Amino acid sequence: MADKDFLVFIEQRQGVIKKASLEVLSEAIRQNKDKNGTVTAVLICADSTLLVKNITCFQPNKVIVISGHEYSEYSTESYANALQTVVEKLNPKYTFAANTAMGKDLIPRVAAHFTSPCVTDVVELIAEGSNLLAVKPMYSAKSYGKFAFNSDMSFMTLRPNVFPLAEKNESASVPVETLSCPPIEVRAKVVETKASEKQKMELTEAPIIVSGGRGIKGPENWAMLQDLCDVLGAALGASRAVVDAGWIDHQHQVGQTGKTVSPQLYIACGISGAIQHLAGMNSSKNIVAINNNPDAPIFKLATYGLVGDVFEIVPKLTEEIKKLKGES
Amino acid sequence: MKIAVCIKAVPDTETKIAIASDKIHIETAGVKYITSPYDEFAIEEAVKIKEKHGGEIVGISLGGAEVTEVLKNSLARGLDTALHLKDDLFADLNPLSTAGCLAAAIRNENFDIVLCGQQGVGGDNNQVPTIIAELLNWSQVNQIVKLDIEGKEFKAEREIEGAHEIVAGVLPAVFSAQKDLNTPRYPSIKEIMAAKRKEITIKDAESLGVKDAITKTKDLVVLKELSMPPARTQGRKIEGSADEQVKQLVQLLRMEAKVI
Ligand SMILES: Cc1cc2nc3c(=O)[nH]c(=O)nc-3n(C[C@H](O)[C@H](O)[C@H](O)COP(=O)(O)OP(=O)(O)OC[C@H]3O[C@@H](n4cnc5c(N)ncnc54)[C@H](O)[C@@H]3O)c2cc1C
Ligand SMILES: Nc1ncnc2c1ncn2[C@@H]1O[C@H](COP(=O)(O)O)[C@@H](O)[C@H]1O
Repeated sequence: MADKDFLVFIEQRQGVIKKASLEVLSEAIRQNKDKNGTVTAVLICADSTLLVKNITCFQPNKVIVISGHEYSEYSTESYANALQTVVEKLNPKYTFAANTAMGKDLIPRVAAHFTSPCVTDVVELIAEGSNLLAVKPMYSAKSYGKFAFNSDMSFMTLRPNVFPLAEKNESASVPVETLSCPPIEVRAKVVETKASEKQKMELTEAPIIVSGGRGIKGPENWAMLQDLCDVLGAALGASRAVVDAGWIDHQHQVGQTGKTVSPQLYIACGISGAIQHLAGMNSSKNIVAINNNPDAPIFKLATYGLVGDVFEIVPKLTEEIKKLKGES
Repeated sequence: MKIAVCIKAVPDTETKIAIASDKIHIETAGVKYITSPYDEFAIEEAVKIKEKHGGEIVGISLGGAEVTEVLKNSLARGLDTALHLKDDLFADLNPLSTAGCLAAAIRNENFDIVLCGQQGVGGDNNQVPTIIAELLNWSQVNQIVKLDIEGKEFKAEREIEGAHEIVAGVLPAVFSAQKDLNTPRYPSIKEIMAAKRKEITIKDAESLGVKDAITKTKDLVVLKELSMPPARTQGRKIEGSADEQVKQLVQLLRMEAKVI
């Protein structure tokens, strides 16, 4: 019964499955509960041997694996070709993926191949009869749009960190099918991947982010924020002002022309809270602002606002959390 | 090198968004329209490629009356000609239909390169460049921070999570610009004056040959309702000496927010 089935694209890079795509799988299974369709996870990779268990433990109805050396690096064309083969075969009503660099690159392309609609960066799914409505931020998160599909086949990418992971069942038995698909000529290929040396954790996936703005005075003071990141297990973010000033790479920028994040906790240090910065972080669950200007706009949004000097507060905060973690 | 740059006219990013009474549009009275921020990087990259390799740049924008000023401004930055895709049928298009119109304007015109922004303000879709590439059956590289062209070959660097990917391929191809790609130059008064004389060609659905295709795809996904972001409950200020503030904060993060 294709008219209610879900297909979830599981993203891996270098043999590591993206947590965000397991969140998507969890959500698809939740949405399918009352629909009684099937949820199929599709994994495209070089070698699936060690990976499949990470998927089956979430208990989709089936896992489809397409593997081969041609999938060792992501390429739009080869991955699109593989995903299209699966979509053609299963004819799913909804195809989901995580809203990551790969998801955003792949899913609209496959959707267009089938002349089907796609909504990206979905933060909420609403069941309406047998259909799903998709909610996504628009106008730089200054408003939210609710979308309805009028199509037998629809595609969506779901924002990381928004949909909770389901409980795992390590002993679940789920059928795994391997599929081969016709080879194609790939015109654009990844020839090299350069890991960025600074960022230990990806911003869009981090549960906690510590962000610095012009208030930290200079690039020599990242070390102070990095210390706080380390005790919290947080990723380091930045405002555009300091990226433009060359204090840090654009990878770290949060905001309208940077990344959109929604961590459990966002700590803004010496950031004024310009509307373009807020656009990237205003869906964070908890926001802490540390700023010496009591009138800084960031305080309007902050769950907890501390008026004070970052150079005084941040090191104390690091110490206090270190103490706490030492105790527990 | 023949380059198309897709340019979206969007409300100024400083605009306070208010929702119109129909609940699916924003209030447009008094809104100033600008070039979508990422499209500025796409325009600059096109100009840089032309400076190096020669060629021609055509700016293409789909939209209503707000497009004219934005295209004039882009012409001043170095486009040779501009195309305005304008039709009542084009109101509120989804990304599939928008890309369908843009692809129709690009197809069969011997373009080597299409440059877009990686995301257009408003829809915030990150879709149009990719769909254009699929419809033209070209390759694509999204979120690029570097682009080198050598004859018919390209090498592009794109931003992914925690890394950069270097992608090599052959033209024609579609690229979408990430912020680090370049530093846009602003036009001089002289260039702005000169741009006033450059022509903007208008094409409608009929002349693009997309009437049936757009009618078919237009309603595949529709915006049902626009709403304001859930209001954040007014937070609290934590007072006291730095020591007291920190102690209180840690306590709240642990006991109330339960995040540490
Ligand atoms: C099209 C467009 C897109 C943009 N995109 C983005 C984006 O993606 N992300 C983004 O961040 N911005 C973006 N901006 C820029 C944005 O408008 C602001 O300029 C920027 O966010 C300001 O950065 P900031 O808060 O670090 O600096 P400032 O606004 O200068 O704020 C510094 C803050 O530090 C405080 N401070 C100073 N000293 C101390 C101290 N010792 N202790 C505590 N606090 C202190 C000050 O009170 C002040 O509030 C964009 C702008 C435009 C026009
Ligand atoms: N109406 C439009 N006219 C011209 N180009 C557009 C239009 N909409 C989107 N684009 C291009 O596609 C990019 C990505 O837009 P989007 O997919 O809407 O986020 C933009 O930065 C533009 O380059």
